[in-house]
Order: sequence, then C-alpha cells, then structure tokens
Amino acid sequence: MNERIQKLRQQSLDAKPTISLERARLLTEFYQSGQPERVSIPVARAMALKYLLDHKEICINDGELIVGERGPAPKATYTYPDICTHTLKDFDILNSREKVSFAVDEKTRKQQQDEIIPFWSGRSVRDLIFQKVDRPWIDTYEAGIFTEFMEQRAPGHTVLDDKIYRKGFLDFQLQIEDSIKKLDFFADPEALAKREQLTAMSIAADALISYAERHAEKLTELADSETDSRRKRELREMAKICRKVPAHAPGGFREALQYYWFVHLGVITELNTWDSFNPGRLDRHLLPFYRRDIEEGVLTEERARELLQSFWVKFNNQPAPPKVGVTAQESNTYTDFCLINLGGVDETGESADNELTYMILDVIEEMRLLQPSSMVQVSKKSPDRLIDRALRIIKTGYGQPSLFNTDEMVQEMIRQGKSVQDARNGGASGCVETGAFGKESYILTGYFNLTKVLEITLNDGIDPRTGKQIGIQSGDPSRFESFEDLMDAFRRQLRYFIDVKIKGNVIIERLWAEHLPAPFMSILIDDCIKSGKDYNDGGARYNTSYVQGVGLGSITDCLAAIKYQVFDKRNLTLPQLLDAMKANFRDAADLRATLVESTPKYGNDDDYADDITKQVFEIFFETVDGRANTKGGHFRINLLPTTCHVYFGSVIGAMPDGRKKGEPLSEGISPVQGSDRRGPTAVLKSASKIDHIRTGGTLLNQKFSPQVLESEDGLEKLRHLIRAYFTMDGHHIQFNVVTAETLRKAQKNPEKYRDLIVRVAGYSDYFVDLGEDLQNEIIRRTEHGVA
Amino acid sequence: MNGIIFDIKRYAIHDGPGIRTTVFLKGCPMDCWWCHNPEARDDITGKLAEKTRTVSVAEVTREIARDRIFYDQSGGGVTFSGGEPLAQPDFLLVLLEFCRGQGIHTAVDTCGYAPTEDFERVSELTDLFLYDLKIMDNEQHTKYTGVSNELILDNLRLLSQKGSKLQLRVPLIPGITDTDENLEAVADFLSRLRGVDGVSILPYNRFGEDKRTRFKLEDRLGRLPDQSRADIESAAAKFRLRGYEVKIGG
Ligand code: SF4
Repeated sequence: MNERIQKLRQQSLDAKPTISLERARLLTEFYQSGQPERVSIPVARAMALKYLLDHKEICINDGELIVGERGPAPKATYTYPDICTHTLKDFDILNSREKVSFAVDEKTRKQQQDEIIPFWSGRSVRDLIFQKVDRPWIDTYEAGIFTEFMEQRAPGHTVLDDKIYRKGFLDFQLQIEDSIKKLDFFADPEALAKREQLTAMSIAADALISYAERHAEKLTELADSETDSRRKRELREMAKICRKVPAHAPGGFREALQYYWFVHLGVITELNTWDSFNPGRLDRHLLPFYRRDIEEGVLTEERARELLQSFWVKFNNQPAPPKVGVTAQESNTYTDFCLINLGGVDETGESADNELTYMILDVIEEMRLLQPSSMVQVSKKSPDRLIDRALRIIKTGYGQPSLFNTDEMVQEMIRQGKSVQDARNGGASGCVETGAFGKESYILTGYFNLTKVLEITLNDGIDPRTGKQIGIQSGDPSRFESFEDLMDAFRRQLRYFIDVKIKGNVIIERLWAEHLPAPFMSILIDDCIKSGKDYNDGGARYNTSYVQGVGLGSITDCLAAIKYQVFDKRNLTLPQLLDAMKANFRDAADLRATLVESTPKYGNDDDYADDITKQVFEIFFETVDGRANTKGGHFRINLLPTTCHVYFGSVIGAMPDGRKKGEPLSEGISPVQGSDRRGPTAVLKSASKIDHIRTGGTLLNQKFSPQVLESEDGLEKLRHLIRAYFTMDGHHIQFNVVTAETLRKAQKNPEKYRDLIVRVAGYSDYFVDLGEDLQNEIIRRTEHGVA
Repeated sequence: MNGIIFDIKRYAIHDGPGIRTTVFLKGCPMDCWWCHNPEARDDITGKLAEKTRTVSVAEVTREIARDRIFYDQSGGGVTFSGGEPLAQPDFLLVLLEFCRGQGIHTAVDTCGYAPTEDFERVSELTDLFLYDLKIMDNEQHTKYTGVSNELILDNLRLLSQKGSKLQLRVPLIPGITDTDENLEAVADFLSRLRGVDGVSILPYNRFGEDKRTRFKLEDRLGRLPDQSRADIESAAAKFRLRGYEVKIGG
C-alpha cells in the first residue's frame, strides 16, 4: 500500500458516520415545487433523481483517484424519508448509542423536525404499508414471526452484470428511444404507462451523465488552483474521464472503475436499495481492460492495484443507511453487504479465475476494510490455488472472503427457470443470496421465525409472550398422540402465517411498484428497457421473492427433544415439558440438562435429528416455493439470518431444546451454538442433508481457532473439507477464526462454546474440554498468532 | 465381535494423510511417564475415561463409513490409535479388513510393543504405520516406559523388511527423549531401515500434564521446562540431515 492509499484508507477509517439531510432536503424541495404533480409518478421520480444529482454538493477528497461520494463528505449518510422517516427519537438514539452510531447535529435535528417530518409523514412508503396491511399481518409482525424488509429499504438485492463495460448511458438512451418507438398504442393497453416508464429511464440516464459532468467541472476547477504539478495532471486526467464515462463506454481499466462508481452512486441515491448493489463479478468485468491496458503500456500492475485500493475506499465511505425505529441495544451494522464475487465460472462453464482475481484478493487482504465484503466462488473446476489464497486471508481472522459453491448456485438458478448462461454469469449477493446478475430482481421480503411458529403451535395458536391468539387453533398439545400429530399442527400453523406474510407482500409489492418506481435501476437490469417496465414492477427478466427461514438448528432440536423424550422414550409428557418451559426451567435443572446433553441434536450427523431437519425444510419449502408474486415471478425460500436470530430469539420463551427464554436462536443452517460435538465433518454432513439446490441460499458458519489453520497441512485439509461440502451440494461456508476474546468468553461460558475446536500442538480438541492452564496457554498463543 | 474403544474422533487432521477418523482402542502395555492419553490405559476408569465403551464391529464401521466423502476428497482414511491398537489384535484385524474391502486407507498408530506374530498379520492389511520411537538406550527406555525396547526395535525391523510404509513419530520430552544423544541414536537407527516415509517430531505439550493434574493421577514427571522453537528445530534438523522429510506436530 503506497502513501496515497494509506492516507485515503486512514481518512476512511477515521471519518465519523454522520446523518446528512442533503438528499431529504433536496427531495422535499423538489416535491414541494409543484412539478411532480404535473407528470406521471415514474417521471417525477426520475426528475427527483436529476434534481438531487444536479444540486448535491460535489465532494472530491484529497489525493483520491476514483471520485464521487453519496453524501457531501465520506460517511455522511443519507436518509430516505420517501421510504421511511426517522423520528427525532431515532436521531437521538443514533447520535448517542455506543455502537454503530451516527452523529446528528442540532441543525440536522431541527431540519428534520421542521421540514422533513411534516412533509413526509403519511406519505412515506412505510406509512402507506402500515395503513394498507391488515390486522393479522400487524399482529404477526409485532409478535416477531416475521420481519418486513420493504418497510425500511427499497427492493434490492441485485447486482450488476457486464453491460456498463460495453455501453455508455448515451447508448442506453438510444435503446430506450428504440423501445419507445416500438410501443404499439393500439394493441398494447399498457403502452402509455410504458412510455412514462421509459421516459423516466431516459431522464435518469441524463441525471447520471450530468452528475459526472459536474465532477468534471469541479475537478477542472481544482486542477486550475492546484500547485502540485503531479496532482494537477491527475485532476485534469480525472476530469477527462468524468466527461467520458458514464456517457460513453469505458475505454480502459480506470475508466471502467470510475464508471461503475458513478452507477453505484446513482443506485444508492435513487433509493436505499437493500443490500447495496455491487459490481458482482469484478475480476471478470475488468479483465479485458486490464489486459489491454497492460499490453498497450498505459497501465502497470502497481497502478492497477492502487486504483483498486482507491475503489475499495469508496465503498467503505458509504455506511448502510440507518434504520428507523432504532433501539440502543440493537445496533445493526455499518456494512451494506456489497459482496464482490471472485472466481467462479464464465458463461461457457470454464473456470473464470484470472490474474485479477488474485490481485483483488491481495487488495482485500491489504485493505482490511469493513466494506465492500467479498466472496470467492468455488467450482469443481476452480484450481486449489484459488481456495488456498482465500484461506490464507481467512486465517488471519478477518471474516472475509466467504466461500460459495458455483456449481450448486448454477443448479439453484436452473431449477428456478433461468438460462444456463444467466446462471453461470450470476453469483451471490448480500450474505448468501443467489441471483442472475444484471437480470434479476431478487427481493428478500423478510426473515421468518420458524421456531416461533412452533412455540405458537405448542400453545394452540396463542403467543405466550402476549397471551394473544394470533395463530389458528391447531389443536391442544396435550391431546397430541404422536409426533406426527404435532408436525401436522405445525404444518397448518406455518401455512397460516406464510399466507399472512405473502398476502402482505402482495400489498407491499404493489405499493412499491406504484409509488416508488426505480427508473435509474431499471436502466441497469435486463429486460426493463425492452419491456418498458420498472424494476420494481416486474421489468426484470427474473423476479424472485424470498422468505428467509431462521433457526433451522433450533427448531430441529426442539422437535427432536419432543419426539425423543416425549413420544419415543416417554420420559415425560408434553404438558410436563410445557410447564417446565413456562417456568423457564426454574427448578428443572435436571430436565434441562437431559434436554441439552442427552437428546439428539442437529449438527452431529445423527439421522434422528437430521431427519427432522429435513422434514422442517420440506414443510417450509412446500409452503412457500412456487407461489406467484405480483411481478410474474415466484416466492422461494432461503435459509439465512444476518443478525435476526438474536431478535427472533428475544421474542420466544424457553423451548424444548433447553434454550432459555430470550436467548438467540441458531443462525443460518449452523447448529445451535455449542450443540455440535462431533467435529466439522459431522456438521457439514448434517448441513448437507437438506436440499440446498431448492433454496436461494443457505448460510453456514464454522468456528476455528487460528492454530488449526496455522500449518500448510491444516490449510490443505481445510480446503478438502470445503471441497467435500461442495461435492455434497453445500451452498456456502464461512470460517469464523476466533480471537483470544472469544476464547476468554468460552472459558467463562463453556456451554455456549462446546463446538469450538482448537489446536493443541499435534492435537485438535474442544477448547472447553481442556484444563484452565492449557486454555490460558492457548489464549496467549492466539493473541500472538493474530496481529 | 466386540472391542473396547475410548473415543472416535472425526476430522482428525494430525494422524496421517488427509482427513481421517481416528479410532482410539483401549489398552496399552507400556507406562510412559508423559503419557498424553492416560485414558487409554485399562486401569483408568471414571470421568477421564467417560467415553470408554464396548462396541461392536458394526458400530465402529458405521462410524468410519460416515466420513467416506471426506476421505475420498482428501486422500484420508482411518487411523487406529490408542493406547496400543495391537492390544486388541483380533478386533483391529476385523476393522482393517473392513477398510480394505471398502478401499479406505488405513493407518495404525503404534508404540511397537506387541507380539511379532500380531504385527505380521496386521501389516498385511495396513497401508501406513505411524510408529513411535522414544528412547534408544534400553535402560532409560525401561525406566520411562516400563518396558524394554528390544521387541519394539525388532518389530520395526520386521515391518521395514516386509515393505510396510512407515512414518516414525518421535515425541520430544524435555530432558528425556529430546537429548542430542538420544535423537542422534534414533536417527542412526532409522537410517539403517527401508520404507521410512517420513518422520514426525511431536513437540512436548502439556496435554498429559493437564490430564494428570485434573484427574489427580500419579505424576512422576513433574513440570518440565518449556521447549523452545530452537529445540524443536534442532531436533528436526537431525532427521532432515539424514534425508527424511520431517513434519512437526504430527
Ligand atoms: S505408549 Fe502411548 S498410550 Fe501407551 S503409555 Fe505410552 S504414551 Fe501412553
């Protein structure tokens, strides 16, 4: 890392996240100007974007090579009152909370109070959603059975393909014109609406082009007053680039990066697209430019690195927009889940890793920034070298990159009806979500609390937390004669709640389509231009809506406990178990120990438990998969939690697996914390018993201490472990290389860390099984191992 | 047929090539002062040996078969360890036969102290021996392990003559096995053997010590000084010098 990058990186690390009302104010100004009323909604949205990009402050940081900030300064973070409006209390909490805070100054607070809140309250899409959904939806939402993504953030979860590297925005405008010309106003009843939509796209394209020009002007200005001749040259060069892209297709490596960055800013200014948009297969997109530039002698490897590093800093400068209705405890994260995809295969199915893949991995390792996130796609054709390179970064304890199974993702997409080429050009975004890049609107609609549904089933439809009847009456559990009776009740209860969720989704999808179209995003995602439809209204080639199941491990263990202790061994009756749960296992330590220690658990390659996992998976799958959404696509399932397993656990009382009231659920498809005791191969076997190919992504976390990965041999065996998991069609795995701090926690709370494997010179063993002295020695070694 | 084991570990990554499952067979004829697996010994019961159980061949083979995909992927297999796996020779043979039939790679981790006839039989079905060599001086050997090393060295010569693949394992016990004199003698002995594929130097760890204190076992060893990286390297160098590939830590 050279001095320039060191400085830029440090600036980014030091920049304090603040709330910027720039977008909110400009948008309010525009919507108060009377102009929007004279045009259609899509056109108004496009004009609003143009107004924003024409008037926002242009920020160019000292020494940078790629320009453009979303806000007026690095980490000055926008709010989106058109989507959800922060209350003053939200601002106060954001300003004062310890973790993931955003500074809010007095002026901002006052503006929010005087200008923003009065205008947007009742108008924001969030307000509209809560007006339109029905009572059961609200009850279910409040009970913590599901969350709803689109009440706070725009339908997102999409990633760009290679189109911008071949075409400029002027070219896109020609395509748009062409589509308008082809409209058949006599035969197509939607032609008028399409014309509005396409006109909006064209305005949005203008908006980005003139935004880049504003940068060019500012850069020229700076160049004129710059005294350092080298920097002066640089500024001139950058001005030239901003005049060329995004209007025209990029001609070289640097132009390609700058072009993408403008597009990125366009997307995240238009809306707060959930799980921020990202360039996707960056190592592939940039390769032709890189090779040509190197060949022509206009780029060196060193310069390419520097540009990529500079590009990395830009991502890190954009924290995820903070939520509304925030709490001091639930701090969330600054990361916006931009997931750079590396490796994988090309559209012909050949391994796609190349010299840039490795260069970008170097950049990731050196930069060690929170954003962007990164992942490596591993196909059976990928070389070992690719995995090894990734593992060498992972073992330093930096949670990136995560590893994905390309061959499995391609199968997922083909099952969903995508073309082989689109599938191969795709990958994963956000945490683990599979998609056809540049061609799909894949929307995460919300997390779904499977374990809570079981709790309600065990209470005949009543939520024990509130005493409210929110589910159907699925039967008095004391009357269940067999485990099948229970499963049947669970199935009916689940169907009811999924119905509620999906009914709400239909309403919400329509609200977005009608009120907040995304003309800018529509330029970028095929086939919106061709179809004349908005990204938020089914314009994309593929439209998928996901419901993300949370707590697969927890619900399995709960059901396994009931099946084993109540119905098979008859050690106690279901009402007895329910009473102990109601009392949060007070005075039932022995029972709880039996449930925790001597009951089959998911994650141990034990078919007794894993068969139940499969049953739950199938029930969830059947209930959701294949239902139509309003955009010509379908609902599908995913199994991932982000951090929602904590919230979902907080609304559930004590459960049959011995989990106490309020404790977190298991996350992703990982076993309940500490319940896997047969080592990583057993975890992977359990995890691969569900059919990943019928999901849109699953998340598996595996903990290791750095010592296990210390030697080349350990690394190689880990690579084999990954390959074997992927041979079994596992979707994703990430390695959590534990820190000394985690080990200390494990020493204090061994119960939660029973799965933690450490290396003890020549042996690996469960950390919690070691004596204190030995544990301390390992803690010391771990501290030294990770810089 | 039944046997007694005290543990089965999956994802064993320090007991031979690839990803392995290690089956720990109960019983050991030796009595090393530094023993890191005291639970292997027949006289140890209770908490320390809580996983000790009598198992049928079928139970063990079922467990072995579970990680097949990992063995295939990594060139791994099964390691029979102990204690001393040859302390239950018939049980071991049946398990080895099963693996041979399934095409699963086998390693036997042995201290070498078992009847020579048993070694002859076992060697037919074993792909790799992980053979411990501790002390060359017989008097010292007898003192620290309770038995003479003659049989151990004879068996090693036999396996070498029969063409078995051998990985030597040398535990470095400070002041006892890690002396220059002993290591030179071990290395000299090795260089007269065929079939030695590599040498593993096992640095001293406090595993045994930890277990002895926790489970209040007799402790003849006391607290040994720490081993430095340099000590380990110099031990490894002695074998490298004689052309062996040396692994540190199994
Ligand atoms: S040979 Fe191994 S198991 Fe037997 S006493 Fe010695 S160290 Fe312990």
